[in-house]
Amino acid sequence: MTEQVSFTRQGVLAGFLATVPVALSIFIFGLVFGIVAGQKGLSALETVLMSGVVFAGASQMLAMELWHQPVPILTLGLAALIINLRYLMMTAALKPWLASLPPWKAYGTLYLIADENWAVSISQMRAGGCDAGFLLGSGLAIYSFWLVASLIGRLFGAVIEQPERFGLDFVSTAVFVALAVGLWRGRGEILPWLVAGSVALLVKWLLPGTWYLIAGGLAGSLVGAWRDVR
Amino acid sequence: MSADPASLWALDAATLGAILAMAAATYAVRAGGFWLISRVQPNRFVEAWLRQIPGALFVALIVPALVAGGPPFWAGGAVVLGVRVLTGNLLASLIAGSAAVALLRLAGFGS
Repeated sequence: MTEQVSFTRQGVLAGFLATVPVALSIFIFGLVFGIVAGQKGLSALETVLMSGVVFAGASQMLAMELWHQPVPILTLGLAALIINLRYLMMTAALKPWLASLPPWKAYGTLYLIADENWAVSISQMRAGGCDAGFLLGSGLAIYSFWLVASLIGRLFGAVIEQPERFGLDFVSTAVFVALAVGLWRGRGEILPWLVAGSVALLVKWLLPGTWYLIAGGLAGSLVGAWRDVR
Repeated sequence: MSADPASLWALDAATLGAILAMAAATYAVRAGGFWLISRVQPNRFVEAWLRQIPGALFVALIVPALVAGGPPFWAGGAVVLGVRVLTGNLLASLIAGSAAVALLRLAGFGS
């Protein structure tokens, strides 16, 4: 896989198409963000700018929680940094694809990494895919759905009442459950996955925010790596 | 909610500042993970660790979400897993799982 990594237009298209079903969950989330942004007094332009320039759902929702006048710029930047620390691990894991690209392509594509397209792409990489264009296309799918949904949510407010009535609040979790199937390579996964799940649960109960993700992901992956090289 | 131009086109300097601060912070971690790992001398442990990250992060994300969602989410998770393993179809598994959650809530299970 690491020998021949390409970056083609077909790869971009394949990544885009493979991610459209997943982008459905992003669309719902984007609508909700747009609605909340309107309630917090952001203009439509400001809402779209935030979605297009920051492009990180969880931290944008958190920013809306923390939003007040005067706007606490430093707090918001710091909060975004902390809630998104998981990206450090996520983009490190993309090394097999990114390392062989010219830096401008690698660092350009990295701008579009979000949980869902990372998940779809890492599954593709695991399955032996060797076209890193997939990552860009996957990111573009999530990006476009997120941007359009934020705008619609901001302009038309509460068109969709209580998304949970339709089980739509479950979609983002479902995405990860479905994609985890592709990551299962056998009984060797039991130990690291058990550690990751238990530590995540424990830390979620102890600490606020998304520290549980970092703690669970680090604990599980380190235990697994230690077991593998021992 | 009206067509008030200010609510559409207003751009406050502080809001723009917040957007740029959040974007810089987020891009720093997006690019930072790859940047850091590119500078680490590859060895067996690092390679093994990188291979283990995706699964561990997935599980750390899934388990607390399923637990917090109560019985409808547990059943929904099982349905997603079943449909995905049996059919291999991602979209079908998402729709079936969400439908299961909605139905169980209609039937009065969980929140």
